[in-house]
Amino acid sequence: MFLRTVAMAGVMSALAGTTAMACEISARVSIVGNEFPAIHAVADGAKACAGGEVEANLTADHQKINLAGMQGNPAEYTSAIIANSSIVALMNEDVIRPLDDLVAKHGGALKKNQLITVNGQVMAVAFMANAQHLVYRSDILEQAGIEPPKTYEDMLAGAKMIRDKGLLEYPLGGAYASGWNLAQEFTNMYIGHGGAFFEAGSATPTVNNETGVAALEMMKALSEYMNPDFLTHDSNATSAEWKAGNVAMMNMWGSRMGPLKDPEQSTPEVVATTTLAAPMTVAGGDTPATTLWWDGWTVAKNIPEAEAEATFLAMMNGISPDRLDDEMTPLAVWLIDGYEPTDAAVGVFAAANMNAVPYPMLPYQGLMHTALGAELSDFMQGKESAEQALADVEAAYTAAAKEKGFLQ
Amino acid sequence: MKHRTFFWFFLPTALAMLLFIAMPIVSVVTQSLFTPHEAVLITSENCGPFGCKTETTIDQEATEALRAEKPLGRFAGLSIYLDRGHLAIAEVSDAWTNRESFGGFVSALGNLPFYRAIGFTLTYTFTVTPLLIILGLMIALAVNSLHRHLKGLMIFFSLLPMIVNPLVGSLILFWMIDARGIIGSALQWMAGDPDLSLKASTPMMWIAIIVYGVWHSAPFAFVVFYAGLQTLPKDQLESAQIDGATRWQQVLYVVVPHLMPLVTFVALIQLMDNFRVFEPIVGFNAAAHATSLSWIIFNDLGGETRQLSAASATSVLTILGVAILLSPVLVRTWRDFKGKT
Repeated sequence: MFLRTVAMAGVMSALAGTTAMACEISARVSIVGNEFPAIHAVADGAKACAGGEVEANLTADHQKINLAGMQGNPAEYTSAIIANSSIVALMNEDVIRPLDDLVAKHGGALKKNQLITVNGQVMAVAFMANAQHLVYRSDILEQAGIEPPKTYEDMLAGAKMIRDKGLLEYPLGGAYASGWNLAQEFTNMYIGHGGAFFEAGSATPTVNNETGVAALEMMKALSEYMNPDFLTHDSNATSAEWKAGNVAMMNMWGSRMGPLKDPEQSTPEVVATTTLAAPMTVAGGDTPATTLWWDGWTVAKNIPEAEAEATFLAMMNGISPDRLDDEMTPLAVWLIDGYEPTDAAVGVFAAANMNAVPYPMLPYQGLMHTALGAELSDFMQGKESAEQALADVEAAYTAAAKEKGFLQ
Repeated sequence: MKHRTFFWFFLPTALAMLLFIAMPIVSVVTQSLFTPHEAVLITSENCGPFGCKTETTIDQEATEALRAEKPLGRFAGLSIYLDRGHLAIAEVSDAWTNRESFGGFVSALGNLPFYRAIGFTLTYTFTVTPLLIILGLMIALAVNSLHRHLKGLMIFFSLLPMIVNPLVGSLILFWMIDARGIIGSALQWMAGDPDLSLKASTPMMWIAIIVYGVWHSAPFAFVVFYAGLQTLPKDQLESAQIDGATRWQQVLYVVVPHLMPLVTFVALIQLMDNFRVFEPIVGFNAAAHATSLSWIIFNDLGGETRQLSAASATSVLTILGVAILLSPVLVRTWRDFKGKT
């Protein structure tokens, strides 16, 4: 698979070279971003530009290096590919520049909903959308005689049926790895229960309440039907469990659907019966228990004007509608003009249509996420009560928020 | 050596130490005493693919002015050291006054990140260090008694765990102890419990990490001891044999005393190394069960919002911890040195 991707990337760049897309730049471009196929496709498009050197450093650890690499003057990275959560860290430290002038000059191909504006200024250009949603194995659900769940309560009941009928011992999957993933699942569940993380307009935390306890109790109930190692399972491990045919239902990222439906990575039985559906609601709420995400690119502030312009042009080429061919289209739910949704996009579109909530773009949300990721695992292991875990979250968050100057 | 010669001889080393050891420590201490400015927050309308929303953001111009005025940030003194993420003075004294039993106090401590990390780090350091010294000595004695044609090959294989990158090594073991991995399945079969999972149980995870630590570091002790064995005086050993000492007595009364300075050396290095245990926690995805000071630093710097002051304070505490840990050995070495001159 890896070889195939490499070979394809080679063919694609060769094609790009021969068809000579009209992308001429006059200065250096250096991109830092996360590492998954859709981002590779965008970076490859940027690299197709002629006239200036284009480098891309794509790594899962991009968040650990992008800020440091943009704080210098001149900045090492001229562009960071980020999502709605990670743009906040860059804005907090003021290392990305408003793009209004460049959008006016070169951004003709952009749709209005691609522009991420903060306080009236364009700070990023979004190119894809993402959300977690339900995936299920139609064959196992049929054998168990259950309908695809619409709510988490249905999911629990279905999991019990599957286990009682002896079809699967651990029918549910979930990226519950302690740390970022566990915090993300709590965020989903808490939003689904209608919870608020902070007092309106302030950084004071408000997660230690009945809603938080209910969200945690639901996560605990779900985990009873998961592989006992669930606290070590991130999206990769959960996907691997799915491909091995060990899981019947899970809440998973839209951007992970391509590999799940790839015949080379799993058995024909699993691939054929893997079915995508809308995210679930919980506790009788209307808001689905998921969050909407966008991925986009930014331009560094501490670089010469020529490099900023070159970066903008190269990144525009990376997300050019002309590049949406059979290879690139299925990689993501693109926000690019002319994108025709594929089968892998149904879940994300359903999430958007159900008015799912975007992941909050608050300056202190990242600190809350870190506190959740570190403090919830004791509860999930049954070592402490939900109330104690949430009190710990608030205490850990408060210490961090005081340090960063968000709380007195 | 003349003082003058010594000065020029030592100068490059001193400069390198100043640059790469002293200055980073000064920088870390400084950063741990300052925190970022209070954020100037404003509400703004943010728009994107999913519509517009009124949200809170940072007022960049006002923050910029604050930063220009005081680039280091707010002086926080020791407040970061004392907050909940570190020494948690308020929480600890609270737990002490409200304790119902000593056990309750200890479990309240275990709920605070710093003490939880210290708990695991010390357990790890004080089990792994002696075990790896014993294992290293055993391997060295075994290899030393082999036929010389076999020695080279055995040395190579014994060194492998140290050659493997720690993160890769721990990942390999992580997959082997998975409930569906070879060791995990074997344990399930031996225990007769199909639901047995190493990764879901805190004590098992601790044992797995400790086993990994011994496996990874034993070759270091082995190499040092093996080199030491080559200098073993043959006549002493022979006279011990003539006196009728068993092999065990030879090891205990001749070999071990001869290697003692090396044992101190290995203990010193490994205490330092093991106190900074980090890779297996990441490799084993074990943060839910075991954390260490180094892992806390990693976590503070790896979040979406970096906590430089918190990470710096933990770094300084790590340095202090290593100093305390090494002090008995250092004092002994100093006394030996004094005794000789």
